[in-house]
Amino acid sequence: MTSGDRFNADHLGLSLTQAERLYFQMRLIREFETTLLDLFSQNAVFGTTHTCLGQEANAVAIMEALDRNIDTVWSNHRCHGHFLAYCGKVAELFAEIMGRELGVCAGRGGSQHICWHRFHSNGVQGGIVPLALGTAMAGKAEGAVTVVFLGDGTLGQGVVYECLNLAALWQLPVLFVLEDNGVAQTTPSELVFSGNAQARAEAFGLESAYSDTSEVMALHATASDLISRIRNGGSPCFWHIRSVRLGPHSKGDDTRSPEQMAALQQRDPVRLNERLVDTPLRLEQRCKTIIREALAQAEASPVNDGSLTA
Amino acid sequence: MAADDRIMFWGEDILDPYGGAFKVSRGLSKRFGERVLTTPISEAAIVGIAAGRAMRGLPTVVEIMFGDFVTLCADQIVNHATKLPWVYNNQVQVPLVIRTPMGGYRGYGATHSQSLEKMFCGVPGLTVLAVNSYTDPGALLREAFALETPVLFVEQKILYARFVDALPVAPEKPDVALVCYGTMVEFSVQAAHRLSQEEEVYCKVVPVQQIWPLDEMSLVRELQSAERVLVIEEGTNGYGFGGECARLLARLGKPMGFVAANPHPIPNSRVYEDRALPSVDRIVEKAIQLFEQT
Repeated sequence: MTSGDRFNADHLGLSLTQAERLYFQMRLIREFETTLLDLFSQNAVFGTTHTCLGQEANAVAIMEALDRNIDTVWSNHRCHGHFLAYCGKVAELFAEIMGRELGVCAGRGGSQHICWHRFHSNGVQGGIVPLALGTAMAGKAEGAVTVVFLGDGTLGQGVVYECLNLAALWQLPVLFVLEDNGVAQTTPSELVFSGNAQARAEAFGLESAYSDTSEVMALHATASDLISRIRNGGSPCFWHIRSVRLGPHSKGDDTRSPEQMAALQQRDPVRLNERLVDTPLRLEQRCKTIIREALAQAEASPVNDGSLTA
Repeated sequence: MAADDRIMFWGEDILDPYGGAFKVSRGLSKRFGERVLTTPISEAAIVGIAAGRAMRGLPTVVEIMFGDFVTLCADQIVNHATKLPWVYNNQVQVPLVIRTPMGGYRGYGATHSQSLEKMFCGVPGLTVLAVNSYTDPGALLREAFALETPVLFVEQKILYARFVDALPVAPEKPDVALVCYGTMVEFSVQAAHRLSQEEEVYCKVVPVQQIWPLDEMSLVRELQSAERVLVIEEGTNGYGFGGECARLLARLGKPMGFVAANPHPIPNSRVYEDRALPSVDRIVEKAIQLFEQT
């Protein structure tokens, strides 16, 4: 990192108390994703996106437990929340999705191909997992941990199992996080998944953990515990989090019933964790301002039309 | 590996005393210990892990036991190792070399004899290198790390039994240039010898080491003095080296011919395999046919 290119401490809420910070980050991600869907529905943004509405607590709990300077994060198509909780670069993410030069990859990558410092994402299911093992291997000597995010749909990919085996065999410092929202695009898990995810990982000799909550403090406690165990020479670990997807897979492509969606709202992490802070409204306003300003900043950046670089 | 202690090497069955299916890595695990790892039969994972490690600036070499198995790591090569540097706006580089034996003439049958490199030629961000018996493969491997892209490093398997030889001196005004790579270079040298002895046709053999991307300028320079061009590749006909040469050389207006394998799986029978794959006879025959065109 150069001095002009740091984590955005303000957008990460680094000066807040931990509970406030986690709530603030979740709220910021929520505002970002809903604003993005609005922009798509107004045809103000071109292409596609996958928002993480409902899964914000996982992202902020895990990033809070990392050493952002040395640890690596590998994310998937649903990566905005992970990215914002990692570095707080709101304008750069808006600009990236809009194909603008201010974008974190100068608009080359878009919504699901982003990289900054030690954060990487790619949109092919399962393909990032071996890369995560590679960065884990590279970082082992400096005490760095790699976190890789999977979805329930990713469990259909064979390369994931090649990697569970190798992570355990080579004792690589990697945390597999399964964000199981119970639905892969439109297909419910029960139509495509047999057996038990945690048992699959354990069969390869990994440590495992299971959480079924949107409580951010509980998720953070587990994340801290797992990551510090891995950092201190423990085995790689597979963490199965039962989560909820409150939005569509992409844009307006949700086939779930209103009753089903209403039930899932009970697990909304932003609403559920509101009680952690004294002034949720003030933090919400702060988030709205950040989003508005970041969006304006992104929109002011020139579109990358390929004339700058090959 | 002796010169750069960051380099690691892994693949299937590569440890001593076996030293790999073709013995290329014999002695390495004894000499370099933990920097050499044997792996499970997990081609996608071992290429991807190498790419991830390389992304942190640590050069990594992976051996894929048979080139036929590179299809198993195609997603890692096409959608990850070569793609991420570009979509990430060059925030990462991937010093990765995937070494693999390709090619036939050994009676190994349809899934252990192919030349599949053409499936990867054309992938943006990848370099495909092929050794031949007239240049030092070690030097080429060192060059591979100087490139700024992942490399598919093709070793035609019958070359493992060869010593590096000197390429015969080419005539100044060749009747035919034989453009080729891998095993086809020695076939072309033999064909050129026969053509000069038996037909008074004088050929220049033009071996190509970097088959993707092809260096148009140097290819054109090499072929400037030749009357005709014959492109020879071991892989099957169609969407391959021949077609790419034709694309780059069409503007020269020279008569061109092509030799490649027949477009069907490689047969098990030795006689049938020899008939399916390019031969010295076929190169000679096609070279002579070029004179009938003009």
